[in-house]
Amino acid sequence: MDVAAILSILEGTIRLSTPLLLACLAGLFSERAGVFDIGLEGKMLIAAFFSAAVAALAGSAWVGLAAGVAAALVLAVIHGLASITFRGNQLIAGVAINFLAAGLTVLVAENWFRLGGRTPSLSGEARFQGLTLPLTETLAGVPLLGPFWGTVISGHALLAYLAFLAVPATWWILYRTRFGLRLRAVGENPAAVDTAGISVVALRYAAVMICGLLCGLAGVYLATALSAGFVKDMSGGRGFIALAALIFAKWRPWSAMGATLLFGFLQSVATRFPRLDLGIVVVPAQFIDALPYLLTVVILAGFVGKAIPPRAGGTAYVKEHG
Amino acid sequence: MTLLQKILGAAAACALSAGAALANPGLVIDMGGKFDKSFNEAAWNGAERWKRETGGSYRDIEMQDEAQREQFVRRMAEAGSNPIVVLGFQNMATLEVVAPDYPETTFALIDGVVDLPNVRSIIFAEHEGSYLVGMLAALASKTGTVGFVGGMDVPLIRKFACGYAQGVKAVNPDARIIANFTGSTPAAWNDPVRGGEIAKSQISQGADVVYAAAGGTGIGVLQAAADAGVYSIGVDSNQNHLHPGSVLTSMLKRVDNATYEVFMAGPAVETGIVVMGLANGGVDYALDEHNAALISAEMQAAVDAAKAEIIAGTRMVHDYMSDDTCPALTF
Repeated sequence: MDVAAILSILEGTIRLSTPLLLACLAGLFSERAGVFDIGLEGKMLIAAFFSAAVAALAGSAWVGLAAGVAAALVLAVIHGLASITFRGNQLIAGVAINFLAAGLTVLVAENWFRLGGRTPSLSGEARFQGLTLPLTETLAGVPLLGPFWGTVISGHALLAYLAFLAVPATWWILYRTRFGLRLRAVGENPAAVDTAGISVVALRYAAVMICGLLCGLAGVYLATALSAGFVKDMSGGRGFIALAALIFAKWRPWSAMGATLLFGFLQSVATRFPRLDLGIVVVPAQFIDALPYLLTVVILAGFVGKAIPPRAGGTAYVKEHG
Repeated sequence: MTLLQKILGAAAACALSAGAALANPGLVIDMGGKFDKSFNEAAWNGAERWKRETGGSYRDIEMQDEAQREQFVRRMAEAGSNPIVVLGFQNMATLEVVAPDYPETTFALIDGVVDLPNVRSIIFAEHEGSYLVGMLAALASKTGTVGFVGGMDVPLIRKFACGYAQGVKAVNPDARIIANFTGSTPAAWNDPVRGGEIAKSQISQGADVVYAAAGGTGIGVLQAAADAGVYSIGVDSNQNHLHPGSVLTSMLKRVDNATYEVFMAGPAVETGIVVMGLANGGVDYALDEHNAALISAEMQAAVDAAKAEIIAGTRMVHDYMSDDTCPALTF
């Protein structure tokens, strides 16, 4: 394997990790606040559709971005209403959101565009193009670092850089701000937060909305940066891989980046080598595709460390009376 | 026999004969929808052409999930439609169960073979059409490396890949063919992100023509090729217009002609196996105003000569599905 091949695999890793990372951080905010969310997939899908549809109509990727994020936020509000206000089962609400998004996107797409559940292809201003980072020219002559900077680091869409900047931001919010402390507390022991006179409901809503925002960005990236338009079910299970990454990372921001980079790397390798020849054995791509889930099961089973979810996760908070 | 029974019997007889007289054709569209810009839409276009030309009317129905297949075909037969065109190789099992129950109805299955007296099995020689676009790919390629992106890894798609590889090798025996499949589940037909990623990977390995036989996933492949400034090849319907100047050609599968012919012939349409190949216009490569500048006169001459030889039987293209092997490509 030559240097060019390694660089192209690493470049693919960044591209494929970005939607996983955004969705994983989205899940992290929600679950750290005690609201399980398996509706990441649905929120990504609806954001992908509305961003592509509106970008196609308005001719601007930024307007598409706003529409996609707004659509994901609407689903986040529904999730919040069901699981916080009405204290419904969080998992069931998440499943419902996934089905709602899968059906609604195709229905609206067919009604608006008559293209069999697709949106028209986006081009020019309606898409987020790759950015060429500064220093690319300067470093071009430097061996190794030059091509690495030019191929792997530079040339991605704005949202990809935003996703990786969101990692230190998430860490800072969670561990260095009052809001973050309260957010983590509400996922561990909401009664204590309530006793301190802080609204559990408001904190959980805030977390769910941040989750919606990040899922929205993930969906927008899929439809307007990675590809050029919406195709039905295009999220392709990435929301679930993000959930697996979240467990793999044990609900921590920097580990989330590591986990999604690993899973993105696996996808990139599977794309390049449908049959990976390791000399002794030939690994089929299907095995590499299944690896994120296998690794998650291994982690959950307690073979490698222990994944302990936020203690109050999955249960609605009921204030005691009298 | 009471009077009431007589009346009912007469009414029933009337209804039956009326049904027979009014036998309108039916079209059962498989999952993916009527407007998929590809396979299903081609069939629908054929039906619409029949409607325009004859002024007749037909029924159509779209499957939404796997469980509806048998139910929908039965409903169509119960409603008296005849003949009934059923799309998709997934419906082989459906017709094996349903067709014997309606011996008076003629079914036409597209893309699969069912050995029953009232079924017309229409299959396409996709390997022949793919061979021609493979030749064009090799003629247009400057790097000597070309790519193939398949949808779900099933024998039918390997048949496309195998025909394509043979066409490439016929022009340039030293050419390298990178063949990838998107996945092994039906989700592989609708993952343009993955398709684009595979195409980018092939392009980074030197491929400068990429052939997509992958349904909705192909949209991502054609887009990635257009973004990278290399050529792509569309499939089923004419996709040349999607990225003019980048889509080199499209492998046409004339599902519209197959549907139109069945509708024209009516219930008496001949049953048995019908192969739609180059000879009877079942498959072809697309040449229109969007790719006229990309196909030079020499390229066209070479491909048309090969086409004539295939039709005449002097040039053989191996069909992957005949023995599950491919002489030009290892999977």
